Amino acid sequence: MAETATHADQAHHSSTGLSNNKLAMWLFLGSECLLFGGLISTYMLYRGRVITGPRPNAIFDIPFTSVSSFVLLMSSLTMVLAVTSAQRKDDSRTNLWLTVTALLGATFIGGQVYEFTTFYREGLGFTTSLFGSSFYSLTGFHGVHVSLGIILLLSLVGMIKKNKITGNKAEVVELIGLYWHFVDIVWIVIFTLVYLIPS
Amino acid sequence: MAIIERSITTTEAFSVATPSTSLGALKRPVSSTGWKSWLFTVDHKKLGIMYSAAALFFFIVGGLEAVLIRLQLAAPNGKVLNADLYNQMFTMHATTMVFLFAMPMAGAFANYFLPLQIGARDVAFPRLNALSLWLLVVGGLVLNASWFLGGAADGGWFMYAPNSGPIFSPSHGVDFWVLGLQVAGIASLIGSINLIVTVLNMRAPGMSFMKMPVFTWMILVVQFLLVFSLPVITVALVLLMFQRSYGATFFDVSQGADPLLWQHLFWIFGHPEVYVLILPAFGIISEVLPTFARKPLFGYPFVVFSGASIGLVGFGVWAHHMFASGLGPVSVAVFSIATMAIAIPTGVKIFNWLLTMWGGKIWYTSAMKFAIGLVVLFTIGGLSGVTHAVAPSDTQQTDTYYIVAHFHYVLFGGMVFGLFSGFYFWWPKVFGKMLNEKLGSWNFWLMVIGMNLTFGPMHILGLQGQPRRMYVWTEARAGEGFFNLGFWNLVASIGSFILAFGVLMFLINVIHTARKGKQAPADPWDARTLEWLTTNPPKPHNFDRIPVVHHLDEFFHRKYESDPVTHNMRQVATGEELVRAEEAAADAHIHLPSPSYWPLVLAVGVGILGMGIIYGAPIMVVGGAVVLLASYGWALEPSTAEDIDFASPSDGGHTKEIATHG
Amino acid sequence: MSTTAEHHEHGLSDSGYVKIALILAAITALEVSTYYVDFGPLFMPALIVMMIVKFVMVVSYFMHLKFDNKLFSFLFYVGLGLALFVYFAALATFKFFIA
Ligand code: HEM
Ligand SMILES: [Cu+2]
Repeated sequence: MAETATHADQAHHSSTGLSNNKLAMWLFLGSECLLFGGLISTYMLYRGRVITGPRPNAIFDIPFTSVSSFVLLMSSLTMVLAVTSAQRKDDSRTNLWLTVTALLGATFIGGQVYEFTTFYREGLGFTTSLFGSSFYSLTGFHGVHVSLGIILLLSLVGMIKKNKITGNKAEVVELIGLYWHFVDIVWIVIFTLVYLIPS
Repeated sequence: MAIIERSITTTEAFSVATPSTSLGALKRPVSSTGWKSWLFTVDHKKLGIMYSAAALFFFIVGGLEAVLIRLQLAAPNGKVLNADLYNQMFTMHATTMVFLFAMPMAGAFANYFLPLQIGARDVAFPRLNALSLWLLVVGGLVLNASWFLGGAADGGWFMYAPNSGPIFSPSHGVDFWVLGLQVAGIASLIGSINLIVTVLNMRAPGMSFMKMPVFTWMILVVQFLLVFSLPVITVALVLLMFQRSYGATFFDVSQGADPLLWQHLFWIFGHPEVYVLILPAFGIISEVLPTFARKPLFGYPFVVFSGASIGLVGFGVWAHHMFASGLGPVSVAVFSIATMAIAIPTGVKIFNWLLTMWGGKIWYTSAMKFAIGLVVLFTIGGLSGVTHAVAPSDTQQTDTYYIVAHFHYVLFGGMVFGLFSGFYFWWPKVFGKMLNEKLGSWNFWLMVIGMNLTFGPMHILGLQGQPRRMYVWTEARAGEGFFNLGFWNLVASIGSFILAFGVLMFLINVIHTARKGKQAPADPWDARTLEWLTTNPPKPHNFDRIPVVHHLDEFFHRKYESDPVTHNMRQVATGEELVRAEEAAADAHIHLPSPSYWPLVLAVGVGILGMGIIYGAPIMVVGGAVVLLASYGWALEPSTAEDIDFASPSDGGHTKEIATHG
Repeated sequence: MSTTAEHHEHGLSDSGYVKIALILAAITALEVSTYYVDFGPLFMPALIVMMIVKFVMVVSYFMHLKFDNKLFSFLFYVGLGLALFVYFAALATFKFFIA
């Protein structure tokens, strides 16, 4: 036993010295790139293919989407502030920033719901055209990711309040943060490719 | 929600304690024997065994489907299956073999042996590991449930659009197929992330990447292929599901859609997938050949790097499956050349294996026979593969039996033979008993003969123009003489029965061995890698103490030392002695994760959720509720012991913790 | 597990993050302005460049890749690179970039 104890590497109890959870999260995000890449490519291929119903440029409301994009972008800032608060072990600040992040996310989702209903009223249904199907699939998938993020954030707030997190709290916050930022960067791409560049 | 999961067992008693004080309400299961210990286990070895049991079951299912196909085609105007059933049969045969047999069986080997080979006590995320298994089982059940609920999928295993759409495939078969694959895909994705992190982070001290066994290397490459290719088929499946269930227009040509989109998405996944199938087998025989040739693997770095480069280049050749689809000359030329390039690293491997055997004192065990069988049969399949890389010749071959011949040489002759080699090699490790060598020999020779009789003639059939997926042939068009289609179809069908009989030999061997197999010695094959530095079967915690690695083939180098004068290897210890020595020096505290209910519950929830897509929103709500409940259960589950029960990681160095991310 | 302590010192301060956010906001404003002002032929390349800059900034600073172990970057950028490669190639076979 004494023998084993002298092996320095063992004290690190991970070969790279990095966190398992973070490695897994980054791998997952790498994988997600190919998921969203596929959806974005499908949209790019199909956005001009409209036989019935409105075309993209006729229907997008750039000022409105700009505002909601901005809201999502700023939620990344509040998320980072939550992470740094967690690293300072400041639970109340962490919870505050997490809640703000979730609220900003919810605002974004609210905007998306509003946008979808408006588009629907203007004649763009899910089955109307290739543009419709691929637009709603892409942005809907992203919306589901944001909603999942909101659930994660709120659950996290609850667990921190009830002190139910047994592991490294800052790391849990950081992991959910990584997910949240990823959802944000996907939107950065969508905002430009889908909304700003006309077909 | 990362919950750091820690628990304790001692080397003396393996019953897992669950202090209920930890976090109150949600206790963790404690059984360490009986069926509950299997259902709720998070032990990579038990999960590995369950993986292999599930895979073997589906191998038999897929095999029976294959035999039905061959029965139908044995004689002109076959009456065994009608056209519709025939379509379902080959679709489900292929889907079952690829997704429910080959991948899970490779997963079984990976789960069981990868942690052992790198000197770890478990994988990085034990609960996620259990979740992968149960999702796979759920996916397999969903896929096959279609047989009883209105008919199975019938669009061929690559399910091209628009054939897969509601107009041409009106039954729910394709819906079940989409869902089953989606769920099985999530299972693989989770599994692959888990295994990559395990390799990156849980290697025993001293085991650098270039000291890792080749099997572990190949599994690592495969997991990277999976992580980055599964999301692509996920997209394809989602599009198809939206089209079939919610009326989306993705593959609706009348709306201006491009059915080639499906082909691209499918094969961007599908080509890496073929390496996912073959590389584990390559890894297995790269362990088996050196062991039984009693020489180190020739050119270890070449085997490793060629494996890695196969993986990388494998992402750039997918359109060789689409040469006949009107891609245009530029695309065809580019993909044709890229495809030929990939033959190079594959050829490198074959030469490495040959040179490993060259001059070795070869010990012809069943494991070795299957490994040699792989080298020979895979080479045949590889050569016909190169003929598809040449686009003009491929245009003649596409959709004929020549293709069927090719991929069965690589899949059956390559992958399946590799897996069987692994069965014979590692059986004593897993079950502590030796498979019977005589039955093994029968197993091997029947499979070799059967396989060549079944798939060899398909080259001729294909070049003569017999299309694949053709449910019936007639005497009038069979031709004459040596090239008579009837003759070769009959030969192939007879061959398939011999093949089935060969597989049966294996099952008989398993039963025979379970009943009166001979007890395995500690090191029956004079093996080379770390998984043998522990008892047969391994204890729940794998290693009594974590080995410290100094060499590639560490176990071998503990047994043999180079004589300073003659430079011959001379034995300094037996495997048995080494294992005993480890037992004598066992670690005092060993933390193992305790079982959990939630992986199983979560997987069932996902299954119900999926059914909701076919059978309506209320079922979806139920499934969603189960998923949500299970997720919270997962996140809030107590770690099994209080922090104070653990020595801090830095004070003794002889503890190994296992973290779980939910 | 808990071995991530080392990178905390390397991140930015809170005000540093606020600065990053301000830059991101400014770029977004510029992006949106292309909707109102005609940039001529520069329009497309400018938008793409701004998108990439925003993307990389969030990944490097907010997601810490700039300060963290290179292995994380490797895992993420391999995925991103493969995505770019396969989807560009697939779109190219549809003559997407020619029309
Ligand atoms: C038990 C031995 C096997 C026999 C006798 C057999 C026989 C066949 C036959 C006759 C077909 C062609 C059906 C047709 O085109 O009409 C077929 C298709 C196929 N088989 Fe097998 N097979 C066996 C094992 C396997 C294994 C182990 C795998 C893969 C791991 C596999 C993968 C496939 C695939 C991918 C197809 C293509 C199906 C399609 O066209 O969609 N087979 N098999
Ligand atoms: Cu291929």
